[in-house]
Amino acid sequence: MLGFLAFIPRAVAQGIPLLFGCTGEIVTEKSGNLNLGLPGVMYVGAISGVIGSFFYENSVGTGDVNTALAILIPLLCSMAGSLVMGLIYSFLVVTLRANQNVTGLAMTTFGVGFGNFFGGSLIKLYKADIPSISLSKTSACFRMQLPFADDLGVIGQLIFSYGFLAYTAIIIAIVVAYVLKKTRVGLNLRAVGENPATADAAGINVSKYKYISTCIGCVIAGLGGLYYVMDYACGIWSNDAFGDRGWLAIALVIFTLWKSDLGIFASILFGGLYILHLYIPTGMEHMELKELYKMIPYVVTMIVLIFTSMRNRREDQPPQSLGLNYFREER
Amino acid sequence: MEHGDIAVRMRGISKRFDLKQANTCVDFELYKGEIVSLLGENGSGKTTLMNMLAGLYYPDEGEIQVGGRAVSISSPAMAAALGIGMVHQHFKLVDVFTAWENIILGGKDYDVQAAREKIRKICDRYGFVIDPDKKIYNMTVSEKQTVEIIKVLYRGADILILDEPTAVLTPQECERLFDVMRNMRSDGKSIVIITHKLNEVMEISDRVVVLRRGEYVGQLETAKTNPQQMTAMMVGHSVTLDIERPEPVNPKKRLEIKNISVTDIEGVKKVKDVSFYMNSGEILGIAGISGSGQKELLEAIAGIQKVDEGSVTYIDEDGNTTELIGMHPRDIREMGVALSFVPEDRLGMGLVGNMSIPENMMLRTFGESHKWFTDRDKPRKVAQDVVDVLEVSTPGLDFPVRRLSGGNIQKILVGREISSNPKVLLTAYAVRGLDINSSFKIYDLINEQKKRGVAVLFVGEDLDVLMQISDKIMVLRDGEVSDIVDAKKITKNEIGMLMTSTKELK
Amino acid sequence: MNTKAQKEPLIHLTKRGAMPVYKAMIIRALAVVLALIVCAVITGLTTGIDPIAVYTSIISGAFGTARKTWITLQDVSILLTISLALTLAFRMRFWNIGGEGQVLMGGLGAAACMICIGDRLPAPVLILLMLISSLTLGALWGLIPAVCKAVWNTNETLSTLMMNYIATQIVLFFTILWEVPKGSGKIGIINQDSHAGWLPQIFGSKYLLPIIIATAITVFVYIYIKYTKHGYEIRVVGESPRTSIYVGINVKKVIIRTMIVSGAICGLVGLILVGGINHTLTATISDGRGFTAVLVSWMAQFNPFAMILTSFVIVFMDRGAGEIATQFDLNQSFGDILTGIILFFIIGCEFFINYQIRLRKKGHREA
Repeated sequence: MLGFLAFIPRAVAQGIPLLFGCTGEIVTEKSGNLNLGLPGVMYVGAISGVIGSFFYENSVGTGDVNTALAILIPLLCSMAGSLVMGLIYSFLVVTLRANQNVTGLAMTTFGVGFGNFFGGSLIKLYKADIPSISLSKTSACFRMQLPFADDLGVIGQLIFSYGFLAYTAIIIAIVVAYVLKKTRVGLNLRAVGENPATADAAGINVSKYKYISTCIGCVIAGLGGLYYVMDYACGIWSNDAFGDRGWLAIALVIFTLWKSDLGIFASILFGGLYILHLYIPTGMEHMELKELYKMIPYVVTMIVLIFTSMRNRREDQPPQSLGLNYFREER
Repeated sequence: MEHGDIAVRMRGISKRFDLKQANTCVDFELYKGEIVSLLGENGSGKTTLMNMLAGLYYPDEGEIQVGGRAVSISSPAMAAALGIGMVHQHFKLVDVFTAWENIILGGKDYDVQAAREKIRKICDRYGFVIDPDKKIYNMTVSEKQTVEIIKVLYRGADILILDEPTAVLTPQECERLFDVMRNMRSDGKSIVIITHKLNEVMEISDRVVVLRRGEYVGQLETAKTNPQQMTAMMVGHSVTLDIERPEPVNPKKRLEIKNISVTDIEGVKKVKDVSFYMNSGEILGIAGISGSGQKELLEAIAGIQKVDEGSVTYIDEDGNTTELIGMHPRDIREMGVALSFVPEDRLGMGLVGNMSIPENMMLRTFGESHKWFTDRDKPRKVAQDVVDVLEVSTPGLDFPVRRLSGGNIQKILVGREISSNPKVLLTAYAVRGLDINSSFKIYDLINEQKKRGVAVLFVGEDLDVLMQISDKIMVLRDGEVSDIVDAKKITKNEIGMLMTSTKELK
Repeated sequence: MNTKAQKEPLIHLTKRGAMPVYKAMIIRALAVVLALIVCAVITGLTTGIDPIAVYTSIISGAFGTARKTWITLQDVSILLTISLALTLAFRMRFWNIGGEGQVLMGGLGAAACMICIGDRLPAPVLILLMLISSLTLGALWGLIPAVCKAVWNTNETLSTLMMNYIATQIVLFFTILWEVPKGSGKIGIINQDSHAGWLPQIFGSKYLLPIIIATAITVFVYIYIKYTKHGYEIRVVGESPRTSIYVGINVKKVIIRTMIVSGAICGLVGLILVGGINHTLTATISDGRGFTAVLVSWMAQFNPFAMILTSFVIVFMDRGAGEIATQFDLNQSFGDILTGIILFFIIGCEFFINYQIRLRKKGHREA
């Protein structure tokens, strides 16, 4: 029981970056853009925040950081970084009608390279022996818990023990679900992703919707990267540490059938599966089995993927024009 | 005839696509409170012209005035703001949305209650019947069309453009549509109906504007004209609509279809207990509203469509019989049963757009030999023959088929099927979208096959053509055989009746 | 709205017909030149190093010495072979981004033979067994997503992606199972003394074998797609699934068969990497080449011979980046940034090949 209680907060913490990524990708995919550059975007979101916070912490030196600035600077830097990635993708795919798969993969190459290069460069500036940057002061601001969290015992542990970005992720996911389902903008956006020619004929500016939703999606996903460094990793950046979470977030989109409110539970479940191997006793004799347990989230995704394609319900399918670019005078 | 105020004036409109000049210096006028037919053959540039008014295409040259003011309509939103709405031939609806979601799409506010109220009012006013919560993918074609029209009205359009609205409707549904159109006219709205059906022009419109090969030919007041005059304007010179019908020589039973039933992937029964036979040297025409099971029936015979029950028996010259059901499509073809189905988009069924003409010729034959490599010389010869005989205009054999004009694509498709010297030729919509001259070329080709003793099955859209070319006509209604009649002894009206009601009800 | 309605669109796009090949090549070349200039500016701004010096060292990194040239050519061969494998799938519009996993499984097959039965069999038999097990495992990793696609129409982009990670974990599992010494988490050089299962050197050069195999596969893929019945079916399925059904092509069979071939070729690459080059197995043996190969294949417009050039460009940049890293004390990832920028330009320039931009003439509208 105690093990389980400790497991939940870790699963949540592990799931939050995935939730950001998943929500961001849902917003993007609803406009018909399949952004395989998501892993790159999340790297850029993370490193941009790190850069901002690094220079702020250095400028402060040994003094105390201003909490508001310590949060705002990395946050804005991260959002700006992801926004630029969103703009690059949108420009190539929407304006220049480039192949979405290829553009996405190029973005991932670029984004991961960008993250690791600047991460590496900062490490050198830092002149540390360890191959990582530690931004403990900024991280402390990001990790601030609600004051009463500790007083509430188990409940506090389970529900109130996270940094503010974790709650932001959940709020964003709910807002996105609401906007998509219940508002004019959501209706128009879904129409763009399903059938851009129809949306166009209805007077919806298809390019504008694709641009904005892709950029917003990228900014949301980038926050996942920021959360990972500042909160989950306690402000320690090391190259390639973020790993393949971006790809996992894309898988999560399918897992949730493009519903971001479902994403909240699914991402926590995935977060749990991702670290499940730590909780399955293997004994020292069979460490290799851990590697097999790490396979679980991918196998589960594969199975879900197959199941949804087997069930073939109209409402559960990807947006109909996903992956295709729109050109009005196409004949 | 007296005109009201001018609603739209288009002057000197030109539009070019890649290789094709779609419109050349076209003039068009529309007045308030009138219904105008935009008449022309397929490919004469009617839809392109109206798409420019609806903001989907932008004219290369020319001027558009709406309500007397020069405007530049660069997007559908702008067209909507000017009160112009268009119902396209291929409906622009989001399948997974409900009717009301589609109707309010593109607007500003999001007041579901108010929207429903407004939709209800429009329905009451013009006599529409619709369930606003029904998903589009559950709707019939006629329901979808209704949604499209309500959508346009919802946005407050005063100028409605309907692109071939009757092509997919039963005569009863057409009547209902015309009633609605008349209601709208008396409400002061202006309507353009794009069509190539003369009887509709006569029935519904006040004025006719005729286009030919992308150019403006002239306009007529419906009350003062007749179908002959309009046909002459459409095709340029008066043509006899007579198609040759040689007497069948020594007809023998070639293909016998017994109690065929077909269910499609969605679980809908498309063909119900259909039985008939085909004779060598005879043309069997198939009439019916599109979607009455023609496609599925043909595909079932060709072995492409899975059959619930029934049999298809092939009887050769010597009277030996072979059961075709259960055979591989390739083997059926090798027995001499050829299928040429011209789909709406011409490509996509039977041809590969990005491949050259010889490679498209190979599609049918490449599986015949059992070597690893494809034979490339024979298809090349066949391709050259088809191009020569059918006068396909192409820059060269290796030109991708996709970039040829529609008529030429069709000649290649039909030509390929005929070049295999079939015993049974199944052809559907062979002249879809062709000009009159090309159409006659195809009719001649089919008649030539008939004279060779081929059993021909001809699915057509135009009843006049069907009645002239066929020896017998089978009428399909909702997947069932309504009746099989002698083409020489039946009238168009009788066929029309058969298309909508069964024998018993008659 | 009224004022807006008066405005003419400034830029108006139309789709082009075909553009002459030389013109398209000029546009692509211009894009690369432009990309290099942008890269130079970015290099100067972010690192303060003279871009010319960077470019010089990129060239010396790829071709500085005979050994470097050989390694560059070897890397081109590996990347090219994977790209060719993926191309088979891409030609039927099957977006196989699972090259990574297929290569890994191939490598696993080879390593398993070397480790488990390496000492007990004569070299030719062992190498034959390695070949069989590599091809089989690679093919299996292509087969699973293909079957899902064929039977249930499962999205192949995502299923192949997942298969990559499953393969990675399987390889990690065996890495730890076979680790030498215990606890190191590494297999180390397999059969270091006996050289059992090491692929033979050709003319005394260990670099030649991958190059020869890549050349053979390039010719094979070209002929397979263009001249054989299988290739013809692949193209028909890719261009128009409906037409395929119409002419009696068994689409499912084609998808499954092609993915077996595609996966097997990737498996072969795994064999070369493990048996011929690295003589060990790690989970990163493919090093992202399964993804890079997608770009290589697409940039070459799925033409096998053009792929020689595009894979060369990528490897050249990658090798050069390694050189910059050591020479200027930069981080290896800088090369990824430059590669990314060049890719953006190449991807973007296709627009100017496919579309025509027309600016509205002022004042042609009558008053």
